[in-house]
Amino acid sequence: MDIQSLTIDQVREGLLARRFSAVELTQEALRFAEAQNPATNAYLRFSPERALSAAARVDEKIARGDDPGALAGVPVAVKDVILTKGLRTTCGSKLLAEYVPPYDATAIARLEEAGGVVLGKTNCDEFAMGSSNENSAFGPVRNPLAPDRVPGGSSGGSAAVVAQGTAVVALGSDTGGSIRQPASFCGVVGVTPTYGRVSRYGLTAFASSLDHIGPLARTVRDAALLLQTIAGCDPLDATSAEAHVPDYTQSMGGSVQGLKLGLPREYLKDLTSETGDLIAAGAATLRKLGCEVREISLPATDYAIACYYIIATAEASSNLARYDGVRYTFRSEASGTLSDMYRHTRGEGFGAECKRRIMLGTYVLSAGYYDAYYLKAQQVRALIARDFARAFSEVDAIVAPVSPFPAFKLGEKIDDPLAMYLSDIYTITGSLAGIPCMSVPCGQTAEGLPVGMQILAKHFDEPTMFRLADAFERARAN
Amino acid sequence: MKITEKEVRYVAELANLSLSEAEVHRFQADLDEILGHVERLNEIDTTDVEPMAQVLYATGDMGRLRTDCERPPLGTDVALANAPQSGAGYFKVPKVIER
Repeated sequence: MDIQSLTIDQVREGLLARRFSAVELTQEALRFAEAQNPATNAYLRFSPERALSAAARVDEKIARGDDPGALAGVPVAVKDVILTKGLRTTCGSKLLAEYVPPYDATAIARLEEAGGVVLGKTNCDEFAMGSSNENSAFGPVRNPLAPDRVPGGSSGGSAAVVAQGTAVVALGSDTGGSIRQPASFCGVVGVTPTYGRVSRYGLTAFASSLDHIGPLARTVRDAALLLQTIAGCDPLDATSAEAHVPDYTQSMGGSVQGLKLGLPREYLKDLTSETGDLIAAGAATLRKLGCEVREISLPATDYAIACYYIIATAEASSNLARYDGVRYTFRSEASGTLSDMYRHTRGEGFGAECKRRIMLGTYVLSAGYYDAYYLKAQQVRALIARDFARAFSEVDAIVAPVSPFPAFKLGEKIDDPLAMYLSDIYTITGSLAGIPCMSVPCGQTAEGLPVGMQILAKHFDEPTMFRLADAFERARAN
Repeated sequence: MKITEKEVRYVAELANLSLSEAEVHRFQADLDEILGHVERLNEIDTTDVEPMAQVLYATGDMGRLRTDCERPPLGTDVALANAPQSGAGYFKVPKVIER
């Protein structure tokens, strides 16, 4: 077995044909991941006991002839903002360095119920705030394909382990592009499902009206299979949607002849020339498959960054208020009043980017500024959503770049927060509208850096998104 | 200038964040630049546009409250397990009221 390139189907076949047991696979996966990890710092910690007992349960089911579950024995990595009962979950923050969650996120409970094996927790930007994974209190992650470059962020660790082959699939979280952008930078598939499609119970809140959990995988099919397992209504998350979850694999494997696709002109003007060429080549491939690709316009795009960084930071400033030194492990040693304790705990515990966003969010919500910033941003958000609704009355899906450029060098943008924010332009719009979107590998630059193509679809139309991504992936493989 | 150092200190108070002098300088410059970019929102006409606070409503899936029924709680010991200081079933904090 080639552990680095395994797919979910191969794991299943290997287990059912008794070529290896789930325990053997888990031992091998852990050994390999631990050996490879120093090169990237993608895993923050491994969970061998939890993994081996999950694997033993799968082996018992197979021995009894029971169905071992859709993810039986599959090694899964989990971004360290998703709670795992009894397994330390730090959110990439000094504040939560010792935090041990008392419950599992619904997504974790579901994937373990389906036989998935959690190998460990992956590095990320602190509280999922960042586009390079350089904002982690536990050191940056290196891109496995180019060690002097970032893996993207904030789910940089999850993208890196999938690219490196140290997990078969991974869970990430996406608020403004944090699954799709690292997937693009690391050359893997990353899916941000429709808002509400996957329960956020147990996802550490960053910006509640924008937060998503989603899969990262080496193939479109594996991403769809993992999403299938974790999707669906959850009484523990009042924002989880009741809409029926279709069988995603049913939509895959067929033709995309006649599908109408839009290429937004606002997404093509600031690309590096290589990224632009690869997206154009991707569009040409889709035309060859029989899709009708036409240029469309999403005019509110130019306002998306401003809109997002008001809404996301406003919500973050509220959500992060809970880290006050009372309930969550870290408290400053500095003595004084209760108020001093709050201020010093937060001043010492949060890293620079979290503080910057808390400051911006507090400012835009403060007396006298609410209407000019927060209310205005929510109105602009409605216009961005309206752009997409109008586009989807003419086309079945939208194709676009994920990022204006491929993975940049470590340190290249860290001192220029606005430049870092501006790099999120093409992913933020879909997040604001709450539509399903994904990154699928589209090619490599001359230097060998991967570039992803983004596919965006209507609310709950993951089937069309997967159908197109799967056809594109097969066309590129031939 | 969109924001002054004095305002940065005021916002830090509101946010319960102690900042060093260097951070005050840095955040003044950063926030000033970011707020400068945000200014462009004034270019777009939003007359009569309903603010969008929640995606679910746009999808036609309103979400629903779960049934109000008993569930076993975490329990005091578990809830306190991550507290930096606790005792007698409570979170402990520095004295709030001085005599």
